Amino acid sequence: MNKYLRNGLIGAFWLLVWWGAAQAVGLPLLLPGPWDTLSALFQQMKHIAFWQSTGLTLIRVGAGYLMAVGIGVVMAVICHFVPLMDALFSPVRSVIKATPVSSFIILVLLWIQKGRVPAFISFLMVLPIVWTEVQAGLGAVDQQLLEMGKMYRLKWLQKARYIYLPSVLPHFAAACTTGLGFAWKSGIAAEVIALPLLSVGKNLYDAKIYLESANLFAWTFTVILLSMALEAVLKRLMARLKGGKAA
Amino acid sequence: MIQFRNVQAGYPDKKIFLDLNAAFPDHGAVALMGPSGYGKTTLLRLIAGLLKPAAGEIAGLGNQKISFLFQEDRLLPWLTALKNVEIVSDEKKAKYWLSQMEIEEMEKYPREMSGGMQRRVALARAMAFEGDILLLDEPFKGLDEELRRRIAERIRHRAGLIILSIHDRVEAELMGAEIWNLEEMVQPPRE
Repeated sequence: MNKYLRNGLIGAFWLLVWWGAAQAVGLPLLLPGPWDTLSALFQQMKHIAFWQSTGLTLIRVGAGYLMAVGIGVVMAVICHFVPLMDALFSPVRSVIKATPVSSFIILVLLWIQKGRVPAFISFLMVLPIVWTEVQAGLGAVDQQLLEMGKMYRLKWLQKARYIYLPSVLPHFAAACTTGLGFAWKSGIAAEVIALPLLSVGKNLYDAKIYLESANLFAWTFTVILLSMALEAVLKRLMARLKGGKAA
Repeated sequence: MIQFRNVQAGYPDKKIFLDLNAAFPDHGAVALMGPSGYGKTTLLRLIAGLLKPAAGEIAGLGNQKISFLFQEDRLLPWLTALKNVEIVSDEKKAKYWLSQMEIEEMEKYPREMSGGMQRRVALARAMAFEGDILLLDEPFKGLDEELRRRIAERIRHRAGLIILSIHDRVEAELMGAEIWNLEEMVQPPRE
């Protein structure tokens, strides 16, 4: 069966289940159906604030995510090659991993402007993922290939390009994909608590406060769509990066 | 001349050399033979500087370039045969040595090649690097008799010292190498 047709049928099945459940409940306030949600979404899309909120949320989460990817890679490299730094910084990484995201959000709210909290939280959630994975990738580099590189006097840049990078790339790609979901979810959770103006999180919060269930679903639907779109873009980017390395 | 003076070496769980004394010539080929565990590969690794002696001294190595064909091919799986050789030399030398090793499809990746072909790519890399000393650990592994003869003919005439680790006396003859039997040179390996 055609891939698109199959996915379309799966989507239609779950829409039907949703519609059936909404009909069974019979109260749009508790469970709005697909039609109510779509109509609320189209209503929202008519307002410029919808696009501003979505765009600013994307920028906040994106900034935190990119920062985490960059710093995570640097930390992984430092900790891999300097054991003292690894011993020094790995407890920090463990603490970040173990701390609940809500504790961080509330704590960070005391330190920085509320508009910056989502970016910082996304950063904090993604950092240990990238750091851990890339460091694991560096640790898993084939020692025999490194010995070969040493024997044939490869320069450090050649070693990085031909030995380290291709070995680490699958770990990096996995970390980036997992991290994106975390960045998105934690960033929006931070927005719901920090309530920066013009944000998806604040709209979700308002919808909850004013019992606008259809709007709540519409915003959630927007979040899911954006998340899926970003993941698809990232996967394509990673595939291109991997393809480039193989060629 | 490379000289081993009272060298002790091995691994944490196994002592290989307890008091090795040997002197390698500056030119020509030396074939190391002996049963497994007698230190053929260990001796090559000591010369390559990949293993340090626990005691004693290895003199005469200086800063000489060493081409080492490892027991494993150690090719980079994400690079083509040509690129695997090119990274240690240049395109011209890489193509020359790959053709000398009878590799025609140079744009193939190692995974697309047979074991014997991969071995010849690794050999081409060792040759293209043009080390002052050539260390070959089981160089003809996976090659048929006719191919061994042709390949040996192409590498035996290089200048400098060649040290091989082999199992088959015929390979030493093909390379015109003097045979050193490690069984007679060292004490049996100890745990």
